[in-house]
Amino acid sequence: MKGTMMPAAHVIVLRHLWVLRKGRPWNLAVNGVFEPFLYLMSVGVGIGQLIDGDGGAVAYAAFVAPALLATSAMNSAIAETTGAVWWRLRFEKFYDAIVTTPLTVRDIAYGEIAASVLRSTLSAACFLVVIAGFGMVHSWWALLALPACVLVAYAFSAAGMAAITVIREFHHQQYLQLVMLPMFLFATTFYPLSVYPAALRPVVAALPLYQSIELLRGLTTGHLHPGMLVAVGYLLAMAALGSWLATRRLSRLLLP
Amino acid sequence: MTTATAPRGMALRFYRYCWLHYRRNWKGTIVISVANPLLFLIAIGAGLGTLVGSDVAALGGVSYLAFFAPGMLAAASMQNGMIESAFPVSYHRMPGRAYPVAVATPLEPVDVLNGHALFMAVKVAIGAAAFCAVMFAFGVATSPLAALVLPAAALTGFAFAMPVTAWAVTLPDVRPVQTLFKWVVMPLYLFSGTFFATTQLPEAAQHLVALTPLWHGVELCRTLTLGTATWAGSLAHTAYLSAMALAGYLLARRNFRRHLHP
Repeated sequence: MKGTMMPAAHVIVLRHLWVLRKGRPWNLAVNGVFEPFLYLMSVGVGIGQLIDGDGGAVAYAAFVAPALLATSAMNSAIAETTGAVWWRLRFEKFYDAIVTTPLTVRDIAYGEIAASVLRSTLSAACFLVVIAGFGMVHSWWALLALPACVLVAYAFSAAGMAAITVIREFHHQQYLQLVMLPMFLFATTFYPLSVYPAALRPVVAALPLYQSIELLRGLTTGHLHPGMLVAVGYLLAMAALGSWLATRRLSRLLLP
Repeated sequence: MTTATAPRGMALRFYRYCWLHYRRNWKGTIVISVANPLLFLIAIGAGLGTLVGSDVAALGGVSYLAFFAPGMLAAASMQNGMIESAFPVSYHRMPGRAYPVAVATPLEPVDVLNGHALFMAVKVAIGAAAFCAVMFAFGVATSPLAALVLPAAALTGFAFAMPVTAWAVTLPDVRPVQTLFKWVVMPLYLFSGTFFATTQLPEAAQHLVALTPLWHGVELCRTLTLGTATWAGSLAHTAYLSAMALAGYLLARRNFRRHLHP
């Protein structure tokens, strides 16, 4: 039975690529870039001008850009592993069909996470090119921003995959937005941690998006600091925990 | 003359159906229509506002929070008007759902439209009232004219709801609605003077923005809240938004008849 012992998560990725083969790749890129780009122009440049004239706008846009890069990676990771996976899990019963084949539940979970990381990294990479093109990147360390985006996408894909197993009804997915939107707005996306009262700072610092932003902001501005290693550890732990939880929860749902 | 035989007050029957439905699942709608704009008010207005000086010329000498809050009210009201019209109308018009079933009874297409439009107006007003309550609690509305900001915001939302209703009833499925939100609502939301003053834009872009309905809603709400409103300006903004609502309603009347009584 050697065949069944081989991990086969890549089959899920290949299946999604096959389904998407007629979807034009630039659609994917535009979808990932359009919304963060609008925020960058409106909040980054528009409000940036109010903060300290035109000189301030340049500095402020460079401050906001890496945060929007992290948000873009997070949002597309969550969109991939929640909306689409919920549909396959609860509505299409796609995984119920798959577990009758040599693929294991772990293959399903890891395959979905890998497919999500792939798409999310693609849109983050496009956004990275856009902000670099606008001169909002100030260091060669930004070359490491792409692998960092993979890590961010991995952590949020795994967490999203674990979270979606809990959601029974389609419209309950909006409760995820209750977590995602405050995180987008408060995880130092638009202003530094020092704006918050001292008591609130540890709470904000505990958010996974805050850790992702710390990592990417350090790399694109070139201000490296030990906190970035903490962020890497945090995201790796989140990815491992999310993957483990997703596999465990899916096993309960698919193999009663 | 089928309408002559139809009993009066049929539009209210459809309104009551919408209201009954809402009473059963209002909790879910709170997230999008109330929590979302309030979070933006706190995060951007109060949080980011601390980085903006209070004497910036482009803002007219008021604090960033005072500048942002009424703009956000108008933008949130637009979003609520679209959320109340786009998805529900295109959903209800599908085979076997509320619209085709209702028009098989003594309700006429125009009754269905009137009832649903009334419900949209009520929902938009509820969302605006919740936002206004928080805005007033922040103490940014300094003028007695601010009492008029609630109807102004509700009109902004309703002006968007009507044309979208006219459009959504013609749709075969909901996918174009997502395209509308992504390519029309988002740019309007971010560039109609809500987040920053339109005077910061290049002159050509300023003229373009002044044509968009959201800009008129933002200006109307902002001048009323800050007490800088003029009769001419306020009437012009109100006339623009009312004309948009009326044109949308008339188009919706025609489209409802065509699509529900083919």
